[in-house]
Amino acid sequence: MINSSTISWRFLKVWRRNLVTYQKIWKVNFITPLLEPLLYILAFGLGFSGLVEKVDYAGQSLTYTQFIAPALIATAVMWNAFFETTYASFVRMYYQKTFDGMLATPLSLEEIILAEVVWSATKAFGAAAIMMTVLGLLGFIDFPSGLLILPIAFLGGLAMGAIGMFFTGITPSIDMFNLPIFLFITPMFLFSGTFFPVSNLPTWAQPMALAFPLYHLVELIRRFSLGGSQTHPGICIVYLLLFAMVFLLLAMRTMHKRLIN
Amino acid sequence: MGNIIDVQHLVKRYDGLTAVDGLSFTVAPGEFFGLLGPNGAGKTTTIRMLYGFTPITDGRLRVFGMDIAQDWRAIKARIGVCQQDNTLDPDLSVEQNLLVFAGYFGIPAAVARVRAAELLYFFALTHKKNAKVVELSGGMARRLILARALINQPDLLILDEPTTGLDPQSRHQVWEKLAALKEKGLTVLITTHYMEEAAQLCDRLVIVDHGKILVDGAPADLIRQHAGGSIIEIEGPDQALRDYLSGNEVACDDLGNKLIVYTTEDAALNTIIREKFCTARCTFRSSTLEDVFLRLTGRELRE
Repeated sequence: MINSSTISWRFLKVWRRNLVTYQKIWKVNFITPLLEPLLYILAFGLGFSGLVEKVDYAGQSLTYTQFIAPALIATAVMWNAFFETTYASFVRMYYQKTFDGMLATPLSLEEIILAEVVWSATKAFGAAAIMMTVLGLLGFIDFPSGLLILPIAFLGGLAMGAIGMFFTGITPSIDMFNLPIFLFITPMFLFSGTFFPVSNLPTWAQPMALAFPLYHLVELIRRFSLGGSQTHPGICIVYLLLFAMVFLLLAMRTMHKRLIN
Repeated sequence: MGNIIDVQHLVKRYDGLTAVDGLSFTVAPGEFFGLLGPNGAGKTTTIRMLYGFTPITDGRLRVFGMDIAQDWRAIKARIGVCQQDNTLDPDLSVEQNLLVFAGYFGIPAAVARVRAAELLYFFALTHKKNAKVVELSGGMARRLILARALINQPDLLILDEPTTGLDPQSRHQVWEKLAALKEKGLTVLITTHYMEEAAQLCDRLVIVDHGKILVDGAPADLIRQHAGGSIIEIEGPDQALRDYLSGNEVACDDLGNKLIVYTTEDAALNTIIREKFCTARCTFRSSTLEDVFLRLTGRELRE
């Protein structure tokens, strides 16, 4: 079913199709990653600074805004990639029948799925680049190490996009995406060391947080923004790579089951 | 040159249900071939197997002499498909639909632009090239789907109900374009519910029901063989007529309040029916492919 003959560089044509579409709406989509970090920094910087004095993280004593600024990029990567391969891909697959049209050409379903996931990572990359610039100008990111956020955002986008695509393969209807969002995305958003260090969690809960791909993404982005992190970046990169690979294959399998019969 | 399509004992089963039950047919180069049948007869499933969307359960399916399971990419590169559903990309403009689709075939952008312009002109869509797909009328959308199916200059065009839902003007325009393509020697496989369409366009056709082929032949031959030369429709028939017809073994369909009599070679018999029994509401007309279709697949509703 999935072998070397079904995947070729032709997938870039589908990626390009999404880029062409995006070029029509990018001006609107540009605003969110531009304003979102400013809002969060404003809210947490002003609102929380009185409540939280310092956050001890990886041997550094950080202000609360310093602590959450890198995590904002990581969560934006998650939302951008996950929404793209769930709601947006589902609309293309189910309502617009875009995939059906593509399957009448020399494209394989595996190439279409790969392209959707790579596209979601591309969008996440774009959002991360804008946020990195804004947060960098505000002094929350060290350069040049901060530039490594860009490839990391792409890798994180692949992982988040792949699991989103997997849910698209198994969800019966578009309303049912509430379920993985409530059961998986929301806990991940809250408990991945985003808004407080994982070491604050009870001991039994800590290994669960480490299973979240967002945890590893936050760790990596913090590492390259602040110069320190709790988990070795090599482990985080390998974990994200494996996560992306496994869920990409699972997504291909579930979509195959869903569309080809 | 061998057959473009060679289907032998093709079978498709979905858990428990047999959608295609041992179909065999061939399509020669340049032929305009029709695949007709009531809803649920297995037409769309057959078409989907032909362009590699649906895997076959059993039998043999060769397109351009190649096996679809192995050479699917090479086969699909030479096929144009006009699907039943509107699969145009609503996120793209009319022209972009053609250009992006050309990309899926690996056609260079410069070549694609030239072909897109030609196809838009051929299908009278040039003035709409920057329009959004949702702004197109049903007829224009269907022409754009056809244009898109031709962007790779296919050796085989597959059309799944290309005129369903169109108004008569749009339908005739599509027929005109299809006739022009046929004139150029393009091989076409079409499914349709419009018998007039099949009779006009197809060189040869099969009528399929319950996944099996009922008849295979040229439209005119099929009409002659299965619906006689002409037809007399007699409303409010009496018992005397029924007795006369059965006594002389004249083929007819009894719809209760209407008799459809398939006339025979025997001119004398026809004259008697006309003069003796056609006192009130009688219609004399030529037989059509629709008569063949209804006679072979029955008149009861499907689905």
